[in-house]
Amino acid sequence: MSLSAHLPALQVVLPLLSAPLAVLLRHGGFACAVVTAGAWAAFAAAVGLWLQAGEVGVVSYHIGSWAPPWGIEYRVDRLASFVLLLVSGTAAIVLPYSRASIEREIPREQHYLYYAMFGLCLAGLLGITITGDAFNIFVFLEISSLSTYVLIALGRDRRALAAAYRYLIMGTIGATFIVIGIGFLYLMTGTLNLADMAERLRDVESSRAVLAALAFLTVGISLKLALFPLHQWLPNAYTHAPSAVTAFLAATATKVSVYVLIRFWYSVFGESLVYVELPLPRIMLLLSLAAMFAASFTAIFQDNLKRLFAYSSVGQIGYITLGLSFDSIDGLTASIVHLFNHGVTKAALFLLIGGMVIGLAKSGTVPPAPTFDRLAGLAKRMPLTCFGIVIAGLSLIGVPGTAGFVSKWYLIVAALEKEQFWLVGAILLSSLLAVAYVWRFVEVAYFKPAAEGTTRREAPLGLLIPAWLLVIATIWFGLDTSFTVGTAAEAAQQLVRVGK
Amino acid sequence: MTALHLAFLIPLLGALGIALAGRWPNLREGVTLATAALLFGTVLQLLEPVLAGARPELVLFELLPGLSIAFKVEPLGMLFGLIASGLWIVNSVYSIGYMRGNDEQHQTRFYVCFALSLASALAIAFAANLLTLFLFYEVLTLMTYPLVTHAGTDKARAGGRTYLAILMGTSILFLLPAVIYVWHVAGTTDFTAGGILPDGMDTGAVAVLLALFMFGTAKAALMPFHRWLPAAMVAPTPVSALLHAVAVVKAGVFSVVKIVVYVFGLDQLAGATDWLVAIAGFTIVAASVVALHADNLKRRLAYSTVSQLSYVILAAALLAPLSVIGAALHIAAHALGKITLFFAAGSIYTAAHKTEVSQLDGIGRRMPWTMAAFGIGALSMIGLPPAAGFISKWYLVSGAMSQGAWLALCVVLLSTLLNAAYFLPIVYRAFFRPLSADDEHHPHGEAPLPIVLALSFTAAGTLALFFFPDVPLALAQQLVKS
Repeated sequence: MSLSAHLPALQVVLPLLSAPLAVLLRHGGFACAVVTAGAWAAFAAAVGLWLQAGEVGVVSYHIGSWAPPWGIEYRVDRLASFVLLLVSGTAAIVLPYSRASIEREIPREQHYLYYAMFGLCLAGLLGITITGDAFNIFVFLEISSLSTYVLIALGRDRRALAAAYRYLIMGTIGATFIVIGIGFLYLMTGTLNLADMAERLRDVESSRAVLAALAFLTVGISLKLALFPLHQWLPNAYTHAPSAVTAFLAATATKVSVYVLIRFWYSVFGESLVYVELPLPRIMLLLSLAAMFAASFTAIFQDNLKRLFAYSSVGQIGYITLGLSFDSIDGLTASIVHLFNHGVTKAALFLLIGGMVIGLAKSGTVPPAPTFDRLAGLAKRMPLTCFGIVIAGLSLIGVPGTAGFVSKWYLIVAALEKEQFWLVGAILLSSLLAVAYVWRFVEVAYFKPAAEGTTRREAPLGLLIPAWLLVIATIWFGLDTSFTVGTAAEAAQQLVRVGK
Repeated sequence: MTALHLAFLIPLLGALGIALAGRWPNLREGVTLATAALLFGTVLQLLEPVLAGARPELVLFELLPGLSIAFKVEPLGMLFGLIASGLWIVNSVYSIGYMRGNDEQHQTRFYVCFALSLASALAIAFAANLLTLFLFYEVLTLMTYPLVTHAGTDKARAGGRTYLAILMGTSILFLLPAVIYVWHVAGTTDFTAGGILPDGMDTGAVAVLLALFMFGTAKAALMPFHRWLPAAMVAPTPVSALLHAVAVVKAGVFSVVKIVVYVFGLDQLAGATDWLVAIAGFTIVAASVVALHADNLKRRLAYSTVSQLSYVILAAALLAPLSVIGAALHIAAHALGKITLFFAAGSIYTAAHKTEVSQLDGIGRRMPWTMAAFGIGALSMIGLPPAAGFISKWYLVSGAMSQGAWLALCVVLLSTLLNAAYFLPIVYRAFFRPLSADDEHHPHGEAPLPIVLALSFTAAGTLALFFFPDVPLALAQQLVKS
């Protein structure tokens, strides 16, 4: 068999292998090279899989040639291939960035551990996305979660420990809920293969146990994806984790959780169960709206830029889940597009902030927190960094010409299709909150006078280039949407068709 | 490479050139002037084919399936494009005199943003569909924001905040849903003669949609969303002159006319615009009353702009072919007249450092060119011959008569009186009152030559448009015929 037939396995195995290798090497530089190579290989595999899934619809791979439902199946449909691209692509950009970024943030002797954990986390996230087996999802979820706790705890600030601990507690509760849900499903169907499970669920559809499974899974996953008000772990984790970790998590961890939710809702339970038997859409709608307003509003009053954008993430996740509450192809498309666009935008933002704190630090010292009092007149000192943040901020607002506009457009089209005119107003009003928090940065960075004797001192190029790659992507996906919208629309149609 | 490509490429490359030449002011200003001249030449090339009935098109790329970023030159856009690019040359000459005369900071940023704003204004003028229009409408807001806050002071920051909050807030809250709603019901957002909305649409829905569009394009400064315009007066005067008398506000009323003609269609709107006539009429009168009480010259001009912009909205809302011609002509006439007035205000500030109307006693004797030009601009605002404002008002009144819209007629009449009441005293003061004792000790003459040249030129243009209105008139008539 040729290499291309084994792409699904390689997709996970390569980054998974890079992690223990990094530990064995025990050297920051070598570890970085190995894990980066793993991530790039994973990205190449993701591109290959995206092409394959475009041709045949669904790529199914049987681990060890054991046919499903007995063996474990890796299953790549349009949605999975899209998320795989996002996750591996972000890793491929963040890893080279890490080298200069963690230099000051993590003690040198721990560098190889950072890369090992990063490789594990990447493998876990890719595994969740690619697998077609319910218990496998749980296993990979734990792999990615445990490595994430470590990554967050690597932050220099002691508060990083508390943040990681908090996330550990909440994440574990979420994982427990998920495993209970999966247990119920296994009990009722006797299978763990997702496709097979969906088949068999039709016979036992409205039994209490199945509904309980749906409820447990939804709540558990909502915790992982930071749905308001289960988002408490997120702001601290994003604020105190090392910059590169924040960027990677913001673009991938919550997004993969959304993916799992879509997977269970559409590919396992099916629309009738989710949208008719339980009032999930209504709950989702209310919580999404609460997130869009409460979290965005909280963001306006944050003093730490990382924290501000962390709250903004909670608000933006509200847009993604709002699309899910519509029960329509357009709504689902909007969710999937925003999942991708917001991932790219937030990664760009946090990478820029990472470069900014390094630029703010005196040489050889630990970078300070990016609080607003340190940002006065920053545009003079770091024009490129600040301009990048403004562009990414415009995308958060949803200004046309940026990626954020495209997702908002679809969200509004979906709301109009349902004739929910007040919802259109709500979506647009909440964008105005984004104007407020983005402009807070603009006013401080561009109008407050800088300290005397400030000279131009941009963030190091090694940090600026990866960040700007993503800023350009933010604009690119706002102008040429054939890839993002095209893939998302195909994915939504595939999900709804299969779910019927 | 067509002229349409060039019309966007030239200002973009110009902006790049200005940025690169930033260290050598003479070269930088040379690049600005060359860019402006080239751009006007390019836009002028489009005129002949458009007058002959051609509609040059350019599709850039597909933003969303079925929705492209595309451009198509039609008569109204041609008119707006000509005005914006033509006046940019004059304004650049003026800017050079003003920015150097006042030793302004960050001049490179100023010229770069100016070129980019012009590119966005042209993109609005030539937009082939609502999505393209909306995209560049927002870009224009963002590009002019650094110009409004140019001074960097607290006052500038506060003005910029109002500017951005109102323009962006209304466009996101009202304009965007209106665009998406049109896409939802019509399946297209292309500007098409006769409108694109499906027949038999509910009158109530049409009225709501119209309201979303009219208040969404706050650049047209319909009350109560007019506050950004006086707030934007913290900008340097060349910005107020070209952007807040020509490019930005005209982008607003241009969008209004374009949406009324090409999205709704005059027939579809019959009966749905009474409220708009009333609000536009109210804006005309109320803004004039505020202007009457404003002592700050730029503030008075700003409220005069608010009032004059609603002439265009009123003319469009009357839905008569004649009044729509009047709307198109008024875009041109008001542009020339108002830019002259702002140039004069900036000239007074540069030469005499005066900003209030009450300080202008006898200044006409020291600055005869400036104040003569001011007088011509004022005539155009009032709508008296031999200034361009007379022609547009003529068509507006004829249209109102053909519709039997007596309310509109009364408003125009009242506004003419009010305009005379707040402009003529300035001219009177300047020429017939003696200089105050304090001023006797601070001699000054005319403003620097570039400034005087620029304002004389636009004043002459105001008169010329009265005697030779052929080209704008032909374009306006095509707009109604198509």
